[in-house]
Amino acid sequence: MDKVTLLLSLAFALFTIGLLGVIVRRNVLVMLMCMELMLNGVNLSLVTFAHQMGSTVGAVLVFLVFVVATAEIAIAIPIVLLLVRNKRTLDLAAYTELKG
Amino acid sequence: MKLLALIPLLPLAGFLLNGLLGRRLGNGFVSAVGCGLPVLAFLATVKCAFDLAAGGYTPLSETAYTWAVVGESRFEVSFWFDRLTAAMALIVTGVGSLIHVYSTGYMKEDPGYARFFAYLNLFLFFMLLLVLGRSMLILFVGWEGVGLASYLLIGFWFDDPEKAAAGKKAFVTNRVGDAGFLLGMFVLYATFGTLEMDRINAAFGAATLPAVSASLVGILLFVGATGKSAQIPLHVWLPDAMAGPTPVSALIHAATMVTAGVYLVARMSGIYLVAPEASNVVAVIGVLTAFFAATIAVVQTDIKRVLAYSTVSQLGLMFVALGVGAYGVAIFHVYTHAFFKACLFLGAGAVIHSLGGEQDIRKMGGLAKRIPITFWTFAIATAAIAGIPPLAGFFSKDEILWFAYASGAGGSTWLWALAALTALLTAFYMFRLLWLTFLGASRMDPQVEHHVHESPPAMTGVLAVLAVLSAVGGFFALPHFLEPQLALPTVQPERASMQTPLVALAIAIGFAGLALAAWFYARGGERAARLAPSLAPIQRVLAGKYYIDELYAAVIGRPLGWVSEHVFLRLGDRVLLDGTLNGLAALASRTAGLFGRVQTGSLHLYAFLVLLGSLVCLAWVWRHV
Repeated sequence: MDKVTLLLSLAFALFTIGLLGVIVRRNVLVMLMCMELMLNGVNLSLVTFAHQMGSTVGAVLVFLVFVVATAEIAIAIPIVLLLVRNKRTLDLAAYTELKG
Repeated sequence: MKLLALIPLLPLAGFLLNGLLGRRLGNGFVSAVGCGLPVLAFLATVKCAFDLAAGGYTPLSETAYTWAVVGESRFEVSFWFDRLTAAMALIVTGVGSLIHVYSTGYMKEDPGYARFFAYLNLFLFFMLLLVLGRSMLILFVGWEGVGLASYLLIGFWFDDPEKAAAGKKAFVTNRVGDAGFLLGMFVLYATFGTLEMDRINAAFGAATLPAVSASLVGILLFVGATGKSAQIPLHVWLPDAMAGPTPVSALIHAATMVTAGVYLVARMSGIYLVAPEASNVVAVIGVLTAFFAATIAVVQTDIKRVLAYSTVSQLGLMFVALGVGAYGVAIFHVYTHAFFKACLFLGAGAVIHSLGGEQDIRKMGGLAKRIPITFWTFAIATAAIAGIPPLAGFFSKDEILWFAYASGAGGSTWLWALAALTALLTAFYMFRLLWLTFLGASRMDPQVEHHVHESPPAMTGVLAVLAVLSAVGGFFALPHFLEPQLALPTVQPERASMQTPLVALAIAIGFAGLALAAWFYARGGERAARLAPSLAPIQRVLAGKYYIDELYAAVIGRPLGWVSEHVFLRLGDRVLLDGTLNGLAALASRTAGLFGRVQTGSLHLYAFLVLLGSLVCLAWVWRHV
């Protein structure tokens, strides 16, 4: 198994774990963390392909994604905080008012 | 000095002042503005006429405003003042001012006094725009504007549904004519790239004829004229227009607005000179209208309706003159007709006024001694319209008859015969009207009779002025004045010798009508009453106005009503439009109900669905890339 395959497998594993976590876990914070896992799985695959093609642009793009991810978390955490302040729980089942 | 633009702007100012402030500032203010500004406009017109004469009759022209410049074409609000304009503008402002003054007496008690004068001023503004405009565009603005003013004034007492309906009828009927007028303008603009009437006339008079059928343009424009001037087949609105106050009938529906069609044809005479077919149509329609309207007038019993049909008939005679190329003579009849018909209508108004609203001549009679000024002015105007020499109507009608007979451009014996028969009928029904209204024994309700009174000086004074003008107006040879601009047609040489006998015959016709009416109606109308049963069927047809209204209602009105009801309302509006809208709304609400079930609020389900969607996308990409 060469290095690229190994890295891509790792990226896929990270993404899958994150996805499963988002779908099955009920804790909002854990779901957020799982989303970060997915993001980093994708990031890893991006940097791997960039390395394979010898492109610095791809590597630089990764940093951009980091910045965006940080901003996203900076918004997501306060939302979670507000949710918790309202209902005193992190269980997602408590937040089902928005339905058709 | 922009004197020409001032002429129409003065009445417009009157309209604005009276319309905006009149109610608050009281009747004195309204009268001063409403009569003062038309008189000023009249004086401005007189000044312009003198300027015109001083300049050797080169037409005055003045551009007030450039409306639009599109490529090579300029659309300008410009005014044009030549002999024809001078004649028309003087009639409009002169008779208009007199009728304004009369209205101060007639409408004194009306709560809508300010509104009435505002509308009258508005009418005068548009009418002056019509006669002063250099371009057909300006003429058309005036043309539509007088239609609007006419509609507003016919329906002046709009709380009576019948009167409001009469206004609507006038408006809609005119719309039919306007369609023809517009088409004619389109053809002219497409051909010449200009709508300035002097240029169009010049183009038709040029050695090489323009690449457009003059007959087509002539007939299209004449369709417009039939609407405005109440000729067959669009004559039906004018008798109903008598629902308006009597000064309105005098000003708009007798003296000025209805002659706009005559003015249009005379103004565009360059076209008709090279379009003999169109001219023949004009003459035939004119003489038929004149004759049929005159026959209807014989049996009418409403004082204003007799005059209304008489107006239609006289307008028909004007079109006869236009049709045989005697444009100046038609304008001459417009001019004399404005005097005596205004006098007749205003006299009728004075009668109605003194009888407290009674219009049925069967309930009048013997008024001559009670309201002598009204009687004498009415009698003079009646003699004038009947063609008794030397009153104004004699001269103009005689010239029309002469050219109908002898004109080299379409004069013929049968045209003359019908026109002469019309003249006889005119004399007859006018003297019948005079007799039934003023002479003989009184048939009034005792209660009405008790209150009969002569009208105030504002009304009788105007009547006297108009009666004098009806008497002496014919001595001003208007056709001769207009001849450098509107040449008279050549006379067929073999008929030239008939002129003196025909004049004698015309005089005889006038007196014959008088004698006939006197014979029938002298002794309390017993001879007429004895004759009545044997003529009952004819009388019914005539009183039913040849059932033209009923015919239109059956042939045009009812099918249109059916189509509106079934096709446009039920199918188009309810099924198609409402159905589409309701259907779309129902579709949206149903699909929303369906998809709404997915929105459970559970984030896990959403995430799962996103995953599912992503997988589907991936699978699709896998298969297709």
